[in-house]
Amino acid sequence: MARPSTEAEYLARMVPSSAAGVSRRSVLRGALGAGALLAAPPLLASCSSSSPSGSSGGGTAPATGTVSLGSNQSDATPKAAVQSVMDAFQKANSGLTVKINTIDHNSFQENINNYLQGAPDDTFTWFSGYRMRFFAAKDLAGDISDVWGNISGMSDALKKASTGDDGKQYFVPSTYYPWAIFYRKSVWAEKGYKPPKTLDELKTLGAKMQQDQLIPIAFADKDGWPAMGTFDQLNLRINGYDFHVSLMAGKEDWSGDKVKKVFDTWKGLLPIHQTDSLGRTWQEAAQALQQKKAGMYLLGAFVAQQFTKGAEQDDLDFFTFPEVDSTIGTDAIEAPIDGYMMSKRPKNEDGAKKLLAYLGSSDAQNIAVKADPSVIATNDKADQSGYTALQKKSAEFVKSAKSIAQFLDRDTRPDFASTVMIPALQSFIKTPDDIDGLVKNIQQQKLSIFTS
Amino acid sequence: MTITNARTAAPSSGDRAGKRRRYRGIDQLGGLDRLVIILMVVVPTLLLIWLVWFPAVGSVILSFTNWDGIGPLSSIKFIGLKNYVDVVTIYPPFWPAVQHNLIWLAVYFLVATPLGIFFAVLLDREIRGTRIYQTAIYLPVVLSLALVGFIWQLIYSKDQGLINGLTGSTIDWYGDPRFNLWAALVAATWKQTGYVMLLYLAGLKGVDPSLREAAKVDGANERQTFFRVVFPVMAPINIIVLVITVIESLRAFDLVWVINKGRNGLELIATLVTQNVVGEASRIGFGSALATFMLIISTVLIAVYLRIVMREQR
Repeated sequence: MARPSTEAEYLARMVPSSAAGVSRRSVLRGALGAGALLAAPPLLASCSSSSPSGSSGGGTAPATGTVSLGSNQSDATPKAAVQSVMDAFQKANSGLTVKINTIDHNSFQENINNYLQGAPDDTFTWFSGYRMRFFAAKDLAGDISDVWGNISGMSDALKKASTGDDGKQYFVPSTYYPWAIFYRKSVWAEKGYKPPKTLDELKTLGAKMQQDQLIPIAFADKDGWPAMGTFDQLNLRINGYDFHVSLMAGKEDWSGDKVKKVFDTWKGLLPIHQTDSLGRTWQEAAQALQQKKAGMYLLGAFVAQQFTKGAEQDDLDFFTFPEVDSTIGTDAIEAPIDGYMMSKRPKNEDGAKKLLAYLGSSDAQNIAVKADPSVIATNDKADQSGYTALQKKSAEFVKSAKSIAQFLDRDTRPDFASTVMIPALQSFIKTPDDIDGLVKNIQQQKLSIFTS
Repeated sequence: MTITNARTAAPSSGDRAGKRRRYRGIDQLGGLDRLVIILMVVVPTLLLIWLVWFPAVGSVILSFTNWDGIGPLSSIKFIGLKNYVDVVTIYPPFWPAVQHNLIWLAVYFLVATPLGIFFAVLLDREIRGTRIYQTAIYLPVVLSLALVGFIWQLIYSKDQGLINGLTGSTIDWYGDPRFNLWAALVAATWKQTGYVMLLYLAGLKGVDPSLREAAKVDGANERQTFFRVVFPVMAPINIIVLVITVIESLRAFDLVWVINKGRNGLELIATLVTQNVVGEASRIGFGSALATFMLIISTVLIAVYLRIVMREQR
């Protein structure tokens, strides 16, 4: 759709696409979907990928109109955070309105391919890492290199994390959060626990907690991805950051001794993990920590979302995953970056770019981190004086890390992460004994996926 | 799911279309009638081809490719039988999924269907409060399987569930792979029984009462009347019930998807297809290969069954 030339055209654009009549594409999709076999999605996708219509002129006039934002932030806390950021943006830009289209977090991820090939919103929430570069390489994301000219306060590392394989920027970082082992200060003070520095100390601490009738490490993997965090932490400690990167890129042998050692070490830690993890969600495991039934929980800082703001969140503290190999150390951590991208052909390109520039600014991020204190701002200029103790520690923690990984499902191919790693990790948790067979199978599937 | 709906529509509507074509040859019809009949044949046939055969053949073709669902059709690369080989050799969830589908079929066939027929026969006897029983048994059918999953979650939940609350056990019914398939099957049977009951009850109402009277006069007892007289008369309904049993067990999907997305002991072929095709993974080729397995299994079952039925009818 071109920029509106008349008032009527402008008003017509305000009508949500669902109500604005039926396009050829949606007819096709509806008809195919109606009687479709399960295998219809491929065909469906093929229909919707055919020459998306219209593109923005990208004129020089000040941006006005509506910018749509597809948001996967469907949980209450982050949803409110997005809303307050957009409110502030509209206040600062009187001609622009943001239409937030919130989609359930998991559905958003599951439908992202069809979403981006169909009629996506002008801007959408997404993640950095391979997952961002993938869509950039597939020509489904808008080049926003010029927006980066207007963003200040982003480190080179963040810019690199926002850059696609072709050297252009496709992503605006908003917030991030570290993965670490979280605990309640009050519980630890009462029992006299100290953060462990090495794996052996962690095991000793776990045994002590068991004596004290605590679950040492809360654990949940019903959704399949939280266990990836444990795998990553162990891999970073045992084999280091560089190995993580090349392993995720499919360049390493999964059935080799290095990966085997990760699983072996994990197997040694399973006795101090919460049992029946495959039937539990991370929220439930976080509540075990919150209710002081568990002593520790290895998770991202978003674990704080299960704690009430204020005193209870202040009681939350963390330490980095202890050292396993002294030659590797503990200077590699995981801190996934969440942010925003622009779709390939936004209806309101100027507005979208203006919004993205704003989202990268310290102003926007100040609001975001205040509304959701489990994350920290990516912009260096963001005001840290209002940070909670946890946010301050997170910021310090990330800053002192030498290398920052994203996360298993953000650093590798999505098909490999979801169809190979999730079942593999779940079967490891179920039956941790057959490590040789497990890694051999992962390697076979990896070869098949990465070479096809 | 839609898959089996669509698929079973294939033989039946094809059949119908064929009959009409034969019919037209015999009859002497006027121009308008002829036009109406032509439309009645052509429109469903086109719909059938478009909605059923085009996607079905399309997914079979895609199963020989490595397409990731993005980009033009010209970017599709054919990789032969690789997807099929991978599915049966190095994809660990596949064989458990086949096994679970067969267990599902067996439970439907041996438990849900006989139970539904049993209820139908009981309710057909106009016992007191028959409408209340009818409603109670049929109620779960109205609910979507997804909702059924949630309802049973309240019963199965490890910490707040009814069963563990009453018995004091700590079994995680939906989470423990030793139990969750059976837990899901109880919930699915609860629903399937009502479905079969309703179908069968409708059939029983249509049985000519004079047949029963005749049997009674001949000195047959209740059981003999049912198995020797009513059951054979009900042949068309029996076929429908049997076909539905097979179909429903193959399309079992939403319940396990609600429970845990078909992982960890609840793998079914349909959930594997979805995991691979839908979502960020987009292994369209690989998922299509899995879907083709489903297609083959259901086609074989239905073809075998229809053959038997056709032979009997002749």
